[in-house]
This record gives sequence, structure tokens and C-alpha cells, in this order.
Amino acid sequence: MIAFIVRRLLSAVVLMFIITAVTFGIFFLVPKAAGVSEDDLAARFAGKSPTPEALAQVKERLSLDEPLPVQYGRFVKAIVAGDSYDTGVSEVECSAPCLGYSFRTSTPVLDEILDRAPVTLSLAVGAAVIWVIVGVSIGVLSALRRGSLFDRAAMAVALAGVSLPVFFTGLLSLAFIVHAWGLLPSVDYKPLTQDPAAWASSLILPWITLAFLYAAMYARLTRAGMLETMNEDYIRTARAKGLPERTVVTKHGLRAALTPLLTIFGLDFGLLVGGAVLTERAFSLKGLGQLSLDGVIQSDLPVVLGVVLFAALFVVLANLVVDVLYGVVDPRVRHS
Amino acid sequence: MGDKRPAETLDGTPVTMAEGSPPPTAFLEVRDLRIHFPTDDGLVKSVDGLSFRLERGRTLGIVGESGSGKSVTSLGILGLHNRRNAKVSGEIWLDGQELVGASPEEVRRLRGRRMAMIFQDPLSSMHPFYTVGDQIIEAYRVHNDVSKKVARKHAVDMLGRVGIPKPERRVDDYPHQFSGGMRQRAMIAMALSCDPELLIADEPTTALDVTVQAQILDLIRDLQEEFNSAIIMITHDLGVVAELSDDILVMYAGRSVEQASVQDAFHRPLHPYTWGLLGSMPRLDRERSERLLPIKGTPPSLINVPAGCAFSPRCAYAELNEGRSETERPELAEVEPGHRVACHLPLERRRQIWETEILPKL
Amino acid sequence: MKSPKVWTAMTAGAVVLSLGLSACGGGDDGDGEGGSAATKFDAGSNGIVNPSDKKGGVLRMGMSDDFDSTDPGDTYYAFGNNFVRLYSRTLMTYTSKPGADSNKPSPDLAEAAGVPSDGNKTWTFKLKKGLKYEDGSEIKAEHIKYAVARTYDRGVLSHGPAYFPQLLDAGDYKGPYKNKNLDDFKGIETPDDYTVVFKLKDPFPEFNELVTFSGQTAPVPPDKDKGAQYRLHPLSSGPYKWEGDYQPKKGGVLVRNENWDASTDPNRKALPDRIEITAGLEANEVDNRLLNGQLHVDLPGSGVQDAARQKILTDPKLKANADNPYAGFHWYVPISTVNIPNVECRKAIVYAADRDAMWRAYGGDVGGERSTSIQPPIIAGRQKGTDLYTSTAAGYKGDVNKAKEALQACGQPNGFSTTMVYRSDRPKEKAVAEALEQSLGKAGIKLTLKGYPAGTYTAEQFGSPSFVKKEKIGLGTYGWAADWPTGYGYLQAISDGKAIVPAGNSNPSELDDPEINKMWNDVVKLDDAAQREAIYNQIDQKIREKAAILPNVYAKSLLYRPQTLANVYFHAGFGMYDYANLGVTG
Ligand SMILES: Nc1ncnc2c1ncn2[C@@H]1O[C@H](COP(=O)(O)OP(=O)(O)O)[C@@H](O)[C@H]1O
Ligand code: SF4
Ligand SMILES: [Mg+2]
Repeated sequence: MIAFIVRRLLSAVVLMFIITAVTFGIFFLVPKAAGVSEDDLAARFAGKSPTPEALAQVKERLSLDEPLPVQYGRFVKAIVAGDSYDTGVSEVECSAPCLGYSFRTSTPVLDEILDRAPVTLSLAVGAAVIWVIVGVSIGVLSALRRGSLFDRAAMAVALAGVSLPVFFTGLLSLAFIVHAWGLLPSVDYKPLTQDPAAWASSLILPWITLAFLYAAMYARLTRAGMLETMNEDYIRTARAKGLPERTVVTKHGLRAALTPLLTIFGLDFGLLVGGAVLTERAFSLKGLGQLSLDGVIQSDLPVVLGVVLFAALFVVLANLVVDVLYGVVDPRVRHS
Repeated sequence: MGDKRPAETLDGTPVTMAEGSPPPTAFLEVRDLRIHFPTDDGLVKSVDGLSFRLERGRTLGIVGESGSGKSVTSLGILGLHNRRNAKVSGEIWLDGQELVGASPEEVRRLRGRRMAMIFQDPLSSMHPFYTVGDQIIEAYRVHNDVSKKVARKHAVDMLGRVGIPKPERRVDDYPHQFSGGMRQRAMIAMALSCDPELLIADEPTTALDVTVQAQILDLIRDLQEEFNSAIIMITHDLGVVAELSDDILVMYAGRSVEQASVQDAFHRPLHPYTWGLLGSMPRLDRERSERLLPIKGTPPSLINVPAGCAFSPRCAYAELNEGRSETERPELAEVEPGHRVACHLPLERRRQIWETEILPKL
Repeated sequence: MKSPKVWTAMTAGAVVLSLGLSACGGGDDGDGEGGSAATKFDAGSNGIVNPSDKKGGVLRMGMSDDFDSTDPGDTYYAFGNNFVRLYSRTLMTYTSKPGADSNKPSPDLAEAAGVPSDGNKTWTFKLKKGLKYEDGSEIKAEHIKYAVARTYDRGVLSHGPAYFPQLLDAGDYKGPYKNKNLDDFKGIETPDDYTVVFKLKDPFPEFNELVTFSGQTAPVPPDKDKGAQYRLHPLSSGPYKWEGDYQPKKGGVLVRNENWDASTDPNRKALPDRIEITAGLEANEVDNRLLNGQLHVDLPGSGVQDAARQKILTDPKLKANADNPYAGFHWYVPISTVNIPNVECRKAIVYAADRDAMWRAYGGDVGGERSTSIQPPIIAGRQKGTDLYTSTAAGYKGDVNKAKEALQACGQPNGFSTTMVYRSDRPKEKAVAEALEQSLGKAGIKLTLKGYPAGTYTAEQFGSPSFVKKEKIGLGTYGWAADWPTGYGYLQAISDGKAIVPAGNSNPSELDDPEINKMWNDVVKLDDAAQREAIYNQIDQKIREKAAILPNVYAKSLLYRPQTLANVYFHAGFGMYDYANLGVTG
């Protein structure tokens, strides 16, 4: 098991370098292919009507005048060995793992990420709790009462949930539930450590909105998985033993039906922790998704790279946890 | 289903289908069992008027090509069909208790305790997430109010009884850690954990290789002697039946076409389909390539069963009956004591064909 | 899946709907309180709404984006320059008055306006004495010199205006981060602690205006400078100071600076005790909070989103709390003198343009006014001028015959084809482009429309001469507002040949006309503002004669002022409410 985890972690590191290299490449090469020059890139950082001298200074400061491999090399080196950044007056230490320094906000990227991660994490965890409970319950009930009115209604709602964009449902719920009806307070994130009640009440709407999307997805997946599992030979065996139907469903059916969901959950959750861009945007939550969106809009490469790396780390970690859990749940995996 | 043909039992006493007919004396008696599945393509008549009897300590072999309704029959006896997509009618009497009309809960309480089943594929039939021991313990405890510890000891005993070495250790293994044969033994241990009086084995050896097959069959025979249970041995392999059974029921398209003692079935079979099965049976003293008379054609659709004799499209003797084979369904008739056949061909003619045409080629 | 456009429309619709519902509850409660007379639509454009001297309360400001920088030396946005007045005093600042008077420079740190000598090449400012920073230390002339020196380093302070490096006579001075010895910076002399002398390369008559418009003369003590990180907590010289640091993209809090002396500062009332700033709100959320009073000010000051706009304009109660002033922008259409070198062909474009449709694209009366001159109305001394090759008459759809005559004169009687660009994420600009495609098509001028993202449009596409040349772009949508409200502030960057730069070019017509260039050279030698204004109006006329710009609409913004906001008025210098003088009630 240990060897397995180590192996997975190592491949995760390799994977993350590939991801950053690709992000790096996309960031520089794609605009270049589209005809964007270094001057143009620098102009995004300079004010109105920048002079050529001003552009030259920006390019120098952002290292845009260096070859790509050198820039990437520095990025990697900073992660491993740390780096320092010149504010003009002094050097700002950025100790390893240094994810770079945002020229937009003059802050080390890691600080920004760590500052915002709790928001996204709060959003993701809360929503996940809701969507797993709601989605799985509905999926199981639907499967057991396949074809019933409940099943058909639930699946119709689920279809809506899957196909409505969260930005739309988000703005809509905000407009009605908060602003028109005043049922919930405005979404103003308060840290959990400061005021748990305020934390929960400010996040409840984003949770529900985000959970709606996923619950719909999970209800459909659970239903499909449950229907498939309940047709398995071992379910027939369980019945042949004379087990009560409840035991058959919960002990034999549900456990097997939910196991594949674990993988999907790991991936979904990992991706979400990397930033729920649309939900954060809709609810003005200052999380990682918003950070990366700003990074992209403002061409703030270090921020984009940092969030991508962080998100990748979380996806990889979530998958690792899932794999370990899988081993616990499914003995076949453990022994292979 | 309106046609009220008289159904008959293995020992020849006609069975009437009227409601409230007296409980039979046999341990297991199936009367005019019909199991139909309404599907989008039409009504699948998987079992369509099946009757037979079985006594304690006896073994009935049910043979037939795959798709002839053997598994549906066995699941029907255990009450494992989903009431929502299967229409079950007829009567199933187990030791004086009727099961088709009984409540699901009543049938559940009999399952695993008085009647048990061994399935064809032991790997897919055991839950991959639970240890073999847990699955046996579960089967035992659902019907016996004992502690986990007692149940565990019982599970180890059972594993030992079915010939699993070091059962006290293997009890904590998962199904995938067992070999195919061992798995089937564990499956048997699970089925026998509550000493069932009726054991249905649905192709218990199909998934196994030949040597293991033989061991498992030996095991079942030994256990039967020990427990004196009634056994239904389902297979498409006549060899297995020959080895284990007292009586044989040949199924075709959801009906029985011939019922006889093993001796009669093998030495004086009187139905063209049975001849076909015998012909396609591999024999140890013969090369596989020399296998004779594989049955031509494919089994019929159970949605559109051919009119007349269901076997007629594939039967070499169908033309010898002035069209009756295609129009009139042959009824099961007793031709000798304990030997019933459903065929329009005159009996003498059949005996003659068997003697002169079939037997020499086998 | 539906297209993003459909979803956007659905969302907008839903938000409008919900605003309708919210209006029933939220609108009434303000009427009784405040004591002031019921306000009227647009009352804040020319007068003070809810006048007040009452101190106290919390002023809440929000925005969907963020400042380019909170460093007074590094912000260029008008709202940034407006906002930094809360914690930064500069040599000169705008007069804090409603109406046209607010355009005038007023001494701030300086005792009086800068005095020119040496033919407008030397400007001397005398500081008030005893002014202090938030830490109680004294503000000195050298700190202003240092503040200006910082703006030379375009790598560290890249956002702000670059006038000082362009105007001051400082050789190739590179800024204090590359050269620690401030004595090497010869562009400014500080003979004593209270005198600042600017040394210019060339005569520049509007130096007081230049010093007024930005925060770049806000003093920075060299030992307090943190370079790029100074923006997180600029040392306050104004009525408020940062509580902790500003958090980029998130916000911050301003509290009173006890070391600020109100008696030295006639331009800042500083009424609230506390000011809370929230950045990064979703745009509709800003409007929603503004309408229900949770927010007092939408910081960028460019007006509400479409959803709220519709709501406000259709509900008289809400409309009474809104103003519709000239925003300072002129939305116009530069015509490339490089890709369409023949003036007759450019004239044909102006003739054929359907001004009515172009105006409607911006929302009709509330969106703005059909323009004649290039300079918008809030520019000092601007003359309305007369229509050239076009008409601002209501319902004017273009003149196909005149356009065809011009094409004839151009030697292209059958018309020609060219590309028009616009910002794809701005539906109004897209509508303008489509209107032109239609009406120019009638005269035989075939437009190919291409949209680009707003984020890169002015830097990399329409703002890049090489791109314009490569893509053969003939015209595009554009908007411009003055750095300071004079003809120079508005027109120079968009019409002087010297202003053409390789990226982020603000003269997309690439007008490089010897006659106009000469006028720019000469006008700076004139001392008299009125004389200069006359020249500016001539340049304005010339630009239109050369058909380098097709005028369209003087933008009007729709600003909402919650009823709890006091002492509100539109400030022409910033093109929005005057943030240093707002108060709150209730
Ligand atoms: N649930 C069901 N729905 C419809 N058809 C079924 C169902 N179960 C079995 N059948 C059909 O009944 C026929 C008999 O099946 P089965 O009893 O499994 O045959 P075998 O004799 O090989 O065991 C097959 O044609 C099968 O397709
Ligand atoms: S009834 Fe006819 S078709 Fe059927 S088995 Fe007998 S001979 Fe063949
Ligand atoms: Mg079968």
C-alpha cells in the first residue's frame, strides 16, 4: 500500500509538471500563434498609450524578453528552491514551494491561493455533503421505484439540474431568494473560524445552487448504478439466501452501486476545490475559481499557473484518496 | 392460457389444475407452472405448463438446450422472480405448502432454509466485497438466531465439509482469492448452511474444468446421502445427469417433452429431441470430432413458439405425421410406467427408429 | 445545450424580473427620512442631492472589478484618481463643486496654483506648512519629488500616466529603484522643504491641469516606499487611512486619519467615519445591492448594467434616485488613414453612416447624445461645432447620394471593401458595427465585421498599428475620455502623430497630419487658455474634415444613488460622483 501511494505521488509530480508546462505553453504560444507580440502582452500591463520605453520596462520586469524555456526553468526552480522578487525597493522572499509572484497584486501567488482556498473548500465541502446525500437518496429511491411517478418526476428535475448552467441558477436564486424575497442574507463569506453560523448562512445558497447541479448528476448516476447492480448475480444469491429485501438493497446493492461513484466523486471534488469558477462568479465569492478567472482575464500568468498547479494537486490527491478508499471498499483492488 | 389440458405428473397420476385441489403427497410437486415475461417485443413464455414431482432423497435432472427455461423454472420455485415483470401461475407445493400464492415474506422465510440454490457462475454469484465466511454466516444467521461466533464456527465447519482445506483460515478470504472449484464448494457450503430439504443446482459445474467438475458432482452426491435432501440438477449436459440423477426431465421451449428414469432415458428414449441430445453428448471413449448428430437449427423464439410441436421445425420425423406435427401440440403421454413422452409419431415407429437408426450411431 | 447568448438573455431577463419584485419592498422606506426634499431624476447631474455636513456613518463602496492600483502614483482610471483623494493629497486637485466648476484645478498641498516661468518651461509650487501624514510626520517637498521620480520606473509602476517622464527635463533618469540617488533626478528641484520646482523640456501651458488630474504628486516619503507593494498601504496624507492593508481583488477599509487637518483642505468634506470597499462582486450583484441600499456607491462610476437600467427607467420611484450625466466618453468610430488613405473614401464612410441606428445602439436618449464635435461637452471651452458630412438631426439615416459622389471623387465609384472591428463582448458596439455594415453597404462600401475581446482590443488589435495594417482594418468602434478636461487632455492623444505607439495606441486613425501636428507643437506655447481652446476647436474641426473620425454618441451614464447617500453630486472632472464629499444618512 505504501509503495502504491509513493508510486502514485511520484507520477502525480510528473503529471503536474506536464500540466504546468502545457499551461505555460498555452499561455505564451497560443497568443503568439494568433499574432500577439511581447509588446502586446506587455501593453496589457501598462496603462493607456504606453511608450516603447514603458513597454520595454514592463517586458524586462515580467521577464517577457527571456526565452520560454528559461522562464519555465525559473518557474520550476522557484517551486523547488524558492525565489525572491524585487518590489523596486526590496526583495520579497518567496520560500519554496514558491509558485511565483503576481504582478497584478504584488503578492506571492501561494499567499493568494492559501488566502482563497478556504472559501473554495468551504463551498466544495458543503455542496458535496448536500449533493451526495440528496443525489444518492433520490437515485436509490428512483431505482427501487423504477417507472413510478416519483422516479419520473425526480429524473425530470435531474435532467433540468444537469442542463441548467450554474451561473444561471446562481444569479436567479440570488435575485429572488436574497434580493426579491429576502429569505437569506447576501452572500458575504465569513471564515468558519470566525463565526460558524455566519459562515453557514452566507454559504447556504451557493451550496444549494452548486449541489443542485451535482445532485442531479449523482441521482442519475446512482439510479443507473443501482439498476445495474440490482441485476447482478450476487443480488440474486442474496435473495436466494432468504435475506430481507432491505438488507439486500442496502448491504449488497448500495455498497456495490456506490463504489464506482467514488471515483467520479474524487474527480468532481478535486476539480471543484481547484475552483468553482461559475459558482464563485455568480455569488461573488473570492475563491480559487475567481482567482484563476481574474488571472486569465488579466493575463497574470503566475496566478493562472499557480491555481492550475494547485487544482491539479487536488485532483491528484483526491484521486489518490479515492484509490486508497477503493482498496478499503473493494477487496479485489486491495489484493491486486 | 385458457387451454385446460390435463397435466400429468412423473408417476403418471394426472394433475388437475382446479383451485383448491388437494395438497399432494409428494415432497415437491409442480403443477402446470407457467412463467411469462411481458416485454416490448411480446410475451416471452419461458415456462409454459410444466409439471413434475420430486421426493426427498431423490435427484431429478432437468436437461435441455440453453434457453429452454430451466433457470426460469428453478428461480420460479424459489420465488425469485420479480412480481412486476414476471407472470407466474400454476402451483408449486413444497411439503404441503403452496408457494405461488403465498406471500413474498412467507416464501422468503423458506428460501435458504428449506430450499436453497447453487448457481452456475460462483464468481459472479458471490458478493465481491464480502468474505466467503461473512456470506455464509449471513446465510446462516438470517434463519438461525445465533451469535456471530457460533455462526462463524458453523461457517468453518461447512467449508470443511465441502472439502476446503484449512477452512478456519480460508473463511476470511474473499471470493476472488478462491479458485473456481473452491468457489463452487464455498457456494455449496453456503447453500447447505441451513440444511435445506430441497437443493436446486443450476448448472453447478458448467464454469469448471473437467476434473473439478467431477469432484463437485461427487461432493453433491455425498452431501445428498448425508442430508437426504431432494435435488434438482439442472444441466444441458446429459453426462452429468447420467451420473447423478434418478429421474430425467427433458425440457424444450418451456415444456417437458420426455420424463423418465435415468435408465429409460438413456436406453430407451422415445422423443426425437432426446435422441438429438444424446447424439450431441460428448463421450469419453470417442474423439470430439466424431460427435454425432448435432441437433440442426436453433431453439425457437419463446415469443412465437411454433404451432403444433415446438420441435417440428428441427425434427427429422415431422413429415411422418400427416401434418399433425405442425398443427397439433403433442401431449405428454405415459408410454410405459414412469415414462412419458410428447410426440405424435406412433410409439412403435419411435421404438423402431431408436433401435435401427439412432442407437447404432451413438 | 443552448448557446451562451441565450443563457445570457435568460439571465438578464430573470434578473430584471426579480428587480421588479424587490422594488416593491425596498423603494419606499427612504422617502420619509433624510429630511431633504424629494429628489428628481438627474438632480445630481447639476446640483447637490441631499446636501449634508453631518459626520458619521459607514460608507460602503463596491465594484465588480478592482482598481488598477491603489497606489496614487500608479492608477490611471478616473475612478481610481477620484478614490485616492480619500487618502492622498496632491499638489493640486479638482475643485469639489457640482457642475462645470468642478473642472477647475484647486490648490491642495500647494498654497496656490503653480506659477510658470521661463516660457511655461518651469513651474513652481509652494507647499502649505505643517501638513502631516497618518504617522504624524511632516509632508515635505522632497517627498513629492520622490513620488514623481517613482513614476519613471514603468516596470514597477506600470499602470499610471507617463506624463512626467515625457515632459520633465531629466535626461535618461530611470527612477529611484534603479538609481538610489535622488539628486540625479534633475526634473524637479526642491530648494527648500516647501518649494517644488518642475523643469520641463518644452513649454507646457496646462501643467496645473496635468498635476490636478492624477494622484502622482501625492507625497511618498522615500523610507516608507515599498515599491510595487506600496499600493497595499499607501501612507495617507488625506482624511482617511487604510485599516491594515488593502487586499487586491477583495477590498479594504478606510478609517479616519486623525493627522489630517480639515482646515487646510477645502475640497474634502470627509463625512463618513468609515469607508468599506468590496471588490470582485458580480456585476448584477453590485446593482442589486445598490438598489436595496446595501451598497452606497458603484466605484467605477460608469453606470448600472442593462438589467438594472431597464428597471430604473421604468419605475418612477427608482428613477428619481438616478442621474444621467455626460460620462466624459465619446463613443466614436476612428477611420484608418493608413488603410483608407484617400480622404474622399473616408468621407464616403461618414456620409453613408446611419447616425440614427448608431445612436440607438447606445440606448437612445438615456445612452447619450448624437455628437458633432469630437470633444464631448464636459471639455472646457469645447464648441459644439457643426456637422461635417453627416447630420445629428433626429432620424438621420445617412446620405447615400453624397456617399456615392465621394466615392466617385475617390476613384472608387463602385465602392470598396474593408474590415470593421468591434469589441465582441460589448453588444452596443456590435450593434454599431452592424448598423454601419447595413448603411455603408447601400453606398457600395462592403464591411467585413470582426469582433475581439475587450480585454485585448485596445492593446493588441485596434490599438496595434501593425495588426491594423496586417488585417487591413478600415474602421472600428472606440471610446475616449480625457485625462483632464481640456482640449489638450482630450484630443492630443488621439490626433497628434507623436501619440502613435506600437501597442495600446490611442490614435487608431493613425492621424499623422503635418498641419495638425504643427498645431499641437504651437498650441503649447500659448499662455492664454482661451486662445488655446480656440486652437483645440480648430483641431477638432480638422480631424472631422479629414474624416479620420466618424462621430457617434457622447456617452451618458445612468448612475444610481441610494437614498441613504448624502451630499451627492456629479463631478465633471472625474465623470462620476465626487467620492471625497459623500456622506451617509440613517
Ligand atoms: N426476466 C426475463 N425477461 C424476459 N425473458 C426472460 C427473462 N428471464 C429469462 N427469459 C427468457 O426465458 C428463456 C429461458 O431462459 P432460461 O431459463 O435462463 O434458459 P436456460 O434453460 O438456459 O436456463 C430465455 O429465452 C430467456 O431469454
Ligand atoms: S411431434 Fe412430430 S415434430 Fe414433434 S417430435 Fe414428434 S415427430 Fe418430431
Ligand atoms: Mg440457465
